[in-house]
Order: sequence, then structure tokens, then C-alpha cells
Amino acid sequence: MSAVPSVTGAALAAGRKPRRWGAWYVALHRFRVMKSYTGTVVVAGLGSPLIYLYALGVGLATIVDANLGTEAVDGVSYLVFVAPALLASAAITVASEEFTYPVMLGYKWNPTFAGMSASPLRPTQIVDGVILSVAIRMLVNLVLFFALILVFGAAPSPMAALMIGAGLLGGIAFGAVLMGYTSTLEEDTGQLAMVMRFVVLPMTLFSGTFFPLSVFPIWLQWIGWISPLWHSTELARVFSYGYAEPIWLTIVHVAYLVALTLIGWAWARRIAVRRLGR
Amino acid sequence: MPRAGCRGPPRRPAAGPRRIRGIRRRCRLPRLSWITVPAPVIVARDLLKRYGDFAAVDGISFEVAPGESFGLLGPNGAGKSTTMRMVGAVSTRTAGELSILGLDPDVYGPEIRSQLGVVPQADNLDTELRVRENLLVYGRYFGLPGRLVAKRADELLAFAQLEEKGKAKVDSLSGGMKRRLTIARALINDPRVLLLDEPTTGLDPQARHILWDRLFRLKEQGTTLLLTTHYMDEAEQLCDRLVVVDKGTIMAEGTPAELIRRYSSREVLEVRFGSDRNAEVAEQLALRHGQGPVGERMEVLPDRILVYSDNGEAELVRITDAGFHPITSLVRRSSLEDVFLRLTGRSLIE
Repeated sequence: MSAVPSVTGAALAAGRKPRRWGAWYVALHRFRVMKSYTGTVVVAGLGSPLIYLYALGVGLATIVDANLGTEAVDGVSYLVFVAPALLASAAITVASEEFTYPVMLGYKWNPTFAGMSASPLRPTQIVDGVILSVAIRMLVNLVLFFALILVFGAAPSPMAALMIGAGLLGGIAFGAVLMGYTSTLEEDTGQLAMVMRFVVLPMTLFSGTFFPLSVFPIWLQWIGWISPLWHSTELARVFSYGYAEPIWLTIVHVAYLVALTLIGWAWARRIAVRRLGR
Repeated sequence: MPRAGCRGPPRRPAAGPRRIRGIRRRCRLPRLSWITVPAPVIVARDLLKRYGDFAAVDGISFEVAPGESFGLLGPNGAGKSTTMRMVGAVSTRTAGELSILGLDPDVYGPEIRSQLGVVPQADNLDTELRVRENLLVYGRYFGLPGRLVAKRADELLAFAQLEEKGKAKVDSLSGGMKRRLTIARALINDPRVLLLDEPTTGLDPQARHILWDRLFRLKEQGTTLLLTTHYMDEAEQLCDRLVVVDKGTIMAEGTPAELIRRYSSREVLEVRFGSDRNAEVAEQLALRHGQGPVGERMEVLPDRILVYSDNGEAELVRITDAGFHPITSLVRRSSLEDVFLRLTGRSLIE
């Protein structure tokens, strides 16, 4: 067998693994970076649910339940009502941390994405890898959160564990769109801070998180309908305590979140291809 | 019958015997041409890159042979980096032909990039990771096994004289060290071609010399180098052959010595009469037809006059004999800087 000295052949062979696993390599890189703030992830992952569950689910719940009875909202205690919403918004918080500044960092401030795109990785794989790594980090946070909810005895349904999936879907749906948006920014002149203040915060307040959306007049309820958090919260409630809603609405929640995920993801990939291939 | 996957010359095996058999079964190609003549590693023909109405690269053609060290010399904004990014299979070309390792970057981007080492103009090391981690993470991008990457990372840290710094934060490194780490990172996949975009810009002389020494070793080992620079001494040190690029087009091509022979004289006399007098003196020197012109050619720069001649000392004597007494004078060998000045009428570094 004659060894044919062709660099072309070597290239064709060496391209196969990165073509298949590139996104995973990016995720491995991201994990290594996240490792440097593991402490923050764990402390925030356990600490903030603890604080929220205690403050709202126990503190505020005492007043709510005292005034309206223990079946005040949706026929369950306030703690049970609010717990799935807190879990869903924890996913949104992770998304708003990981899909803003780290993305800006990768494109511009410490352009690691440029470094990646000089390797066999493709721009689309960079996007996939970032989303994958955040999804896994988010999953860890949500599992911790769910464990605490169980400790508080705030998830009566046997299907309650599925609310982790609902939270994850909501977080990634919002995150993918957010990543698309962040990717379009050539310069951060405060846009990301505005997103936090005028998108994330109002979304948390107006998505049926702390009180049902039905409390609002109908002309304000649209905020909830377009909010990924409202959809993931409602979905989480269905799983957590069997919140009664028509089945078509449950399907709408899933469909809406899947659609947002796909749109945001495709948008982020498109920008990556354009921006890194200039 | 269509021969899918049989583009370009037959390939060398890289993924073990199983892969070779697969390739050989599928591809039966004529063998004579590629055995005798080494195919160029990079072929660019009429390469064009437009951003809107602006052509950053405006029809560049060149070839780079295996093991060759090829340079793109030109000022900032000449289109060097854009060319490098196209050769690096990152930036997509607007028009023209481009083949790297026999492959079209539009189709085989990952395959091409698997064989390249890239040292970008601006370091893009991950400052959130430690020095050695940067190599580990990058090596994985090529699908290399973790153990191999770890072994190479240690070798490359030694090569880059950074053994002591493996656990250091990237930001604690000096500019020269960061550059060397970037080069080490570019070598993690044992590349066939190393692309260096202004590798020593912004470094102090000592750091540059360390870097040149490392690059020279790679050249000796047969790595193909493609580098851009706006330093003529760097081009002279490292390039076997180069093209002078300005405004997106190639002005001249050749070895450094050839270019100097063709476009400049053996020596250059630099004389300074003070920035307000240089132009005036040059004019008077040029008008001395009776005594014959000074040098073969003169260039007037704001701060000095360059007199091109095969004998700089003799020119200096003629100038002082004519009654002009420069504040300072210097005779030196012609350099690529002079070639560039001749070709474009501008200095490389403003």
C-alpha cells in the first residue's frame, strides 16, 4: 500500500470530528470558563431560590393565605402557586446572565468567538455550543431549585419533576432570542442594561408570576401572552399542582416556547455566520 | 459515473488504514503530475473582497509552495488582513479563485482550518482561562484526544518559553508572552500552514527577536508560513518571497533581494537639513545639472531626503562639496521600505 502524500486527504480526514462534535467542544470550553465561577453558580443556584421561596412562599404567603384562605389562588396555597413561577423565572435569570455579556465578550471584548472560528469550528457550532452549555448550566440550577421546592413541600403533583423541563424550555426560548439580539450589537452603549430593566424585570412582574394574569384588565394581559415566562410558568403549574387549563392552552405554551427557541436560535446562528465570516 | 468526494489530488491518509482503503477504492486519479511537482499549498487568483462599494482586496493573485515562507508586505489598510482571513477560510470571498491544500474554502472550511495555525492580528486568547487551559481548550476544537492535547500543550509551552506560566492568568502576561502563547495555540494541531497576521506589531525589540527565532525554527522544520507585516526588516528576516500590497492590489512580487535590486539601489544616503529646509535643498540638488544629478534618484520625506545610489558615501561627499551641509547623514543598505516608497510614493509606517 503506497502512502499517498496528500495534504488534501489529511484535511478531509481531520475535518470529520469537528464537523460532528464542534458544538460540544465549544460547550466544553464554556464549562471550563463557568468552572471559574462554580461558587457563584451553586450559591446563587441554592441561595436565591431559598430566599425567594422563603420570602414569598412563606412570608408573603402568610398574609395571602390569612386573608384569602389556604386555597386562595387556583385552589392551592400561595406557596404552591408561586413556587413553579419562581423556578421558571430562575431560568430566565440564568438566560439573561449567560446570553448577554458573555456573548458580547465572545464577539467583541475578548473575541474568543473569532479564535474559535479560525479553528475547524463553524459559526453555527459556536452558537449551538453556547446554547448547549447554558442549557446544561440552567438544568443544574433548575434541579437544585426543584429539590428545594420539594423540601418546602410545595409541589404536590406526582408529575412535578416535569416543571424542570418547563422552566428549561422557557429559559432557552427567551435566551435564544436574547442571544440573537445581543449578537446584533456591535457596541454596548447600554442596550443590555436596558434589556434587563425594561424587558426582564417587567416580564418577571407581569407574567402571572406573583399573581394570576387574570387579575389584569384584558388590555394588559397581552404582556403575559407574548412573555415566554408566562408560558413556562403556566406550564410548570400544570405539572406542579395540576393547574386546570384547557389542553389546547398547554399545547400553545409548548408550541410558543418551541417556536421562540427555533426562531431565536436560527437568528443567532445567522448573525454568527454573517458576523464571523466578514 | 460521478465520483463523489474525489476533488483535487489523491490524499495522504491521516485517519488510519481503514480510511485509506476507503479513499483509494473511491478515487482513482492520474498519478504523474502530483508526484513530481509539489502542488502549491495556497492558490489565489483574482481574489476579490468587497464590503459594500469598497474593495478591501481588489484582484490579488499568488501561489505559495509547500514549506515556503511567503509574506504580504503593505501599510495598514492595504487588504493584508482581509486576504489572510480569506486564506484562513473564515472570511468568504466575493469573487475569484481560492484553493487551500487543494480545497475550496467555501465548501471545505472546517477541513482547511483543521490544517492551519492562525495567529491573528489582535490576540484573542480567552482571558477567563489560565495560560495552559487556553491551549487545552483550543486543541479540543480540532477533535484531538485530550491526552494528546495535554502533551502538546506542555511541549508548546516549552517552545514558547512559557513553562513557568502555565497556571498564570492570561492578563498577567506581557505583550510578547501573549503573542508567543497565541503562536503556541496556533501550533496545537501541528498545522501544515501557519498564518501570521502582523506577528510582532507592538512588541519591543527583544520580544520580536525571540519571536522571530521561534518562527525561524518552524520554517526550518518545513512549516509553510504566510505572514503579513508592515515591517520591512521582518519581511527580510522571515520571507523567502513576498508581494508588496497596497490598496488591495499587488504592486510587485519577488524575493526580498530581487525586489530591492529591481526597485532600489544598493545603498541609500539619508540626509537631514531640518524639516523646513529638506524640500528646498532637494530642489537645489536636483537642479545642479551641470555637475550631474545627485544619486540615481531622490525621495523627499518630511523629515529627510533619501538619495539612492550604489555608493552612498560618494554621494555625501558630492553634496557637501556642493556646499550643502546636512545636520545628520547616514548611509545604509536599501531595504524593502525603499521598495515600498518607490512603488507607492508613501512610507510603510506613517
